[in-house]
Amino acid sequence: MATILEKVICVTCPKGCTLEVTLEGDTIIKVENGCKRGHEYVHQELTDPRRMVASSVQVKGGLHPLLPVYTSAPFPKARIQELLSALRQVEVNTPVKMDDIVLRNALGTGIDIHASRDVKEEAITS
Amino acid sequence: MSIKDRYDVIVIGSGPGGLAAAISAKKNGAKDVLIIERDVEPGGILLQCIHNGFGVEIFKKDLPGPSYAQHFINEAFSTGVEFLLDTMVLQITPEKRITASSKRHGFVEVRTKAIVLAMGCRERTRAQIRLPGTRAAGIFTAGTAQRWVNVEGYMPGKNFVILGSGDIGMIMARRLTFEGAHVERVLEVMPYLSGLTRNYVQCLLDFDIQLQLQRTIKNIIGKKRVEAIESVAVDKKWNPIPGTEEIIPCDTLLLSVGLIPENELSRQIGVMIDPITGGPIVDDSFQTNIPGIFSAGNVVHVYDLVDWVTEAGLTAGKSAARWVSSGSQTNAINLPVRAGENVRYAVPHTIQPDHLAEGDIRVQMRVRQPIEKPVWVEVRSGEKLLHRKGEPYARPGEMVTIPIKQKLMDEVKSAKDLTIAIVER
Ligand code: SF4
Repeated sequence: MATILEKVICVTCPKGCTLEVTLEGDTIIKVENGCKRGHEYVHQELTDPRRMVASSVQVKGGLHPLLPVYTSAPFPKARIQELLSALRQVEVNTPVKMDDIVLRNALGTGIDIHASRDVKEEAITS
Repeated sequence: MSIKDRYDVIVIGSGPGGLAAAISAKKNGAKDVLIIERDVEPGGILLQCIHNGFGVEIFKKDLPGPSYAQHFINEAFSTGVEFLLDTMVLQITPEKRITASSKRHGFVEVRTKAIVLAMGCRERTRAQIRLPGTRAAGIFTAGTAQRWVNVEGYMPGKNFVILGSGDIGMIMARRLTFEGAHVERVLEVMPYLSGLTRNYVQCLLDFDIQLQLQRTIKNIIGKKRVEAIESVAVDKKWNPIPGTEEIIPCDTLLLSVGLIPENELSRQIGVMIDPITGGPIVDDSFQTNIPGIFSAGNVVHVYDLVDWVTEAGLTAGKSAARWVSSGSQTNAINLPVRAGENVRYAVPHTIQPDHLAEGDIRVQMRVRQPIEKPVWVEVRSGEKLLHRKGEPYARPGEMVTIPIKQKLMDEVKSAKDLTIAIVER
């Protein structure tokens, strides 16, 4: 079978290395450039692409109406839109602590969604 | 909270640079440390940068902006840093008397022994890039849109064109797509991407958002609201090429066309500004030309990683604390660090060779032109090569760092100046 050379840009860290992947069909023969994490990324990207996702959910009683949230691990790329729709249904109450889980086992992936920051309960002033 | 009228160190701004400076000043012996912040809560712009990618260097983790800030906010509180929030600094005198206006405290006047300027940077606006066309509603900087979407909960539009391929612009392209908007196009006047490559992949490619290089905006169309923009291809000198115009319908235009260090206060005190970086001229302790006034973070030059802003803040805070404890000693010789071939600028602008006794001194720079080949980053004293470091490439969008090694102390001490250059290998 003919081998093909594919370039994959690693998004694992800000360096953004271009890795050169030699493929025979779907099998990875060789990966050049980048570090160990980059090589893991290539395998992941070519079999089951995932991304870190950050978005927001509604929060009641804080200074602002939104609470930023993020996935505790890279999330299956094909299901990101579905995740975002699920997050639109979520509403939490103050006080919130950073890393509190706002959505457990999102879409059955085993990945939890965490609060990115604290939100204090604002004293109600009249 | 009650404010004292005298402090050891006052930090202006509570973004990553300011928080790090205040924590570090406190840890290095400064007794009373105050941060003055104009927003209602500490954290700075990180609070609206809800995407991941922060903390890779310092925490070895991929954190969202607000989490990165939260770590330092918590540490600032636990080390006893005081905060004066919702307060705008109006004036700072060279004698280090600070006047500010605060909703809660009214007109405030405080004195301090040392100051760390950490005001960060501000986005370039439409006026600064002289964008032609009508003054219709629907033209925002990317950061303003980011604040609306991520913090305040408003969508600025439905159908977007983004001018500039800076990181904030690309990140907003993804964010707006997440929130149901359509991003029609990203235009970049340069022949290369101005943000990080990873953002091109995970913010544009992932969502089939088209990036066009060497194109800019010729006209904005629309009376009350933006209805379309007219784009045009440009040559290397940014001259529009006739016949390449395209009308792109959209209701909102975002500008991600660069950041400028925010130095109104610095200028007012008499801090010398580097015309290239737009930030103060600093030595390796991040001290400005005014003794006891330090500055750190994006107010000095615009970084691409927040981790380095924190590092700079830590150094500035430590230097400020020392300056206070040493009884405000002014320093010894400052050796100029010059930008040589292919280097647009290098920070710090000067170093004190004696500081090498404590460890390496990090010099950071930006290249003029992309070099997509292996390069040497060189430190020279006159013609003599003192040290060099290999990099696989050099791109204007990615800051280059080289340490001046501690072991070079003797050579550095006998040098008249140092030159940093980037050459092909
Ligand atoms: S290959 Fe390694 S160094 Fe390069 S971007 Fe990926 S994680 Fe970063």
